[in-house]
Amino acid sequence: MSGNDIAKAFAGGKAFIAFITAGDPSLAASEGFIRDLIAGGADLIEIGIPFSDPIAEGPVIQAANVRAFAGGASVAGAFELARRVHAQTATPLVFLTYLNPVFHYGYEAFCARCAEVGVSGIIIPDLPFEEQGELKSIAAGHGVAVITLIAPTSADRIRAIAEAATGFIYVVSSMGVTGVRAEITTDLKTIITEIKKHTNTPVAIGFGIHSPEQAAELSRYADGVIVGSKIVSLIAEHGAAAGPVLREYAASMKSALD
Amino acid sequence: MNGRYGEFGGQYLPETLMNEIHALEAAYRHFSADPAFVAELDALLRDYAGRPSRLYHAKRMTADLGGPELWLKREDLNHTGSHKINNVLGQCLLAKRMGKTRVIAETGAGQHGVATATAAALLGLECEIFMGLEDTVRQSLNVYRMELLGAKVNAVTSGTQTLKDAVNDAMREWSGRVHDTLYVLGSVMGPHPFPLMVRDFQTTIGREIHAQLVEATGDPEVLPAAVVACVGGGSNAIGAFYEFIDHESVRLIGCEAAGRGIETERHAATIARGSVGVFHGMKSLFCQDGDGQIAPVYSISAGLDYPGIGPEHAWLHVTGRAEYVPVTDDEAVAAFEYLARTEGIICAIESAHAVAQVLKIADEFAPGQHVVINLSGRGDKDVAAIARYRGRTVDEWQ
Repeated sequence: MSGNDIAKAFAGGKAFIAFITAGDPSLAASEGFIRDLIAGGADLIEIGIPFSDPIAEGPVIQAANVRAFAGGASVAGAFELARRVHAQTATPLVFLTYLNPVFHYGYEAFCARCAEVGVSGIIIPDLPFEEQGELKSIAAGHGVAVITLIAPTSADRIRAIAEAATGFIYVVSSMGVTGVRAEITTDLKTIITEIKKHTNTPVAIGFGIHSPEQAAELSRYADGVIVGSKIVSLIAEHGAAAGPVLREYAASMKSALD
Repeated sequence: MNGRYGEFGGQYLPETLMNEIHALEAAYRHFSADPAFVAELDALLRDYAGRPSRLYHAKRMTADLGGPELWLKREDLNHTGSHKINNVLGQCLLAKRMGKTRVIAETGAGQHGVATATAAALLGLECEIFMGLEDTVRQSLNVYRMELLGAKVNAVTSGTQTLKDAVNDAMREWSGRVHDTLYVLGSVMGPHPFPLMVRDFQTTIGREIHAQLVEATGDPEVLPAAVVACVGGGSNAIGAFYEFIDHESVRLIGCEAAGRGIETERHAATIARGSVGVFHGMKSLFCQDGDGQIAPVYSISAGLDYPGIGPEHAWLHVTGRAEYVPVTDDEAVAAFEYLARTEGIICAIESAHAVAQVLKIADEFAPGQHVVINLSGRGDKDVAAIARYRGRTVDEWQ
């Protein structure tokens, strides 16, 4: 239940990080899907707490949020999901959500509850480096990492972000919002080389990644890859029967990284 | 320029946009101090937008209410029919100076979209507007107007399909394309420097009010007893208020949309019913639920149908310098009709919220005092909706 838990995800080689929206289409279903992803080889699970206005998400994850709300998703429900998963597995868990639900819950209460249920980190796409101070110090007091993002446009910001990074660094592969991309054109090798000059914190790449081929290619520079929209779209496509599909998909991604 | 108004404001944006917002901040700081930029903008405001707008002494309304002298600041007479042109000329000119070739904007009622499309046409910029699907239906005439001006209008189908969702999609679009595109935000909201920059572009309203009142009364010391404006994000209000913030005797009154009533779920009264949150790049006050999810809001006025308020207004509220009051649909529609009959002016339904408040509080002022209403826009766009509200069908577009 600490930032150190996240290190476990990167300890056994390149990490496969799987994202799922809590409560899409129900909390019970999410719990099962997470088990399947872990059984297939996921090293770390990102649990998305649905937000009414997810400005960094493309249509696929926006739709997952809508389905989750229709199924009665809530912040309390996301904590309960994390608690149940953590009771069954040692795989590290992090939350991905937007700042307002965390702010409204109260930074202290939110971080305390993360520690209680076994969530090791928080990713908040609309909380940039400059505004992180208050949350980060509270989170650290509970052993929870605030995971920062680095984008193709970060340039002269990379050094400061990398030096202060905890947990892992989430490198955004492309401009724009989340969603499957056929091709990633950003010069990620240069960005990651620059990051590595300033930190030993592991670096994982997300946004647009869906195929084992992409994972194999990107893992030449990065310590892990993050997949969200592809997993969410498999859930949307297969519904309650998605479990075996997710397990197989996770296995294909993990073997591409080995 | 630290982007904070007390605890409110800030820059809460995805990392992808951070260097761009810093570049915008630096460009604004540079060009707002550049005499050539200022002169070009002033010339456009004068020769193209028609500034200064008139301060009209509403004598019939004054006589009817029997209280203070009432004045109407006629932003409705600007080119494109509202105060929005003041801001978009500034931002689009800035976009050109920054080397951008394309602008994007959100719009609710369509006023900001029309203004942005207009400035883009004038300055030779490509333009795309994001507008909630529901608003494209409520304001179909403005959609066609924007298309006439050469803009592409994207109907936003996410979320509640209104103004906040249009902002979401404009931000998503911007995060995918910063190299040639500036997001021209329409109100004193969003991340710094927008609240400051948009305020600066709108403060001409209050400066003119002050000078015009001095000229009309021949009294160099005259100050209004109150300045009254409607508030959605709050750009016309801050533009009218800012000149008078340091003159403590001037009551600053912002009128927010109470829709069907603040005791119902159907309102957009952020100050009356909202709480502190962080959304759309800023810390401010927002209508939200117990989980911090942004609440769906409602008003008859598409331009006030926003779940937040600019950070400087949140600050003026908590410090008590400005008063914010809720005005219902019923009150606004009655005031819309009242102003039409009494002064022969069909104002925007947004501005009618400010007129309604003055009808309510006129007797709090003595004869000889001056009360200024900022008529932020004209009401042509609202005529069909008001007819519907009164049970009449106006089918002129079919």
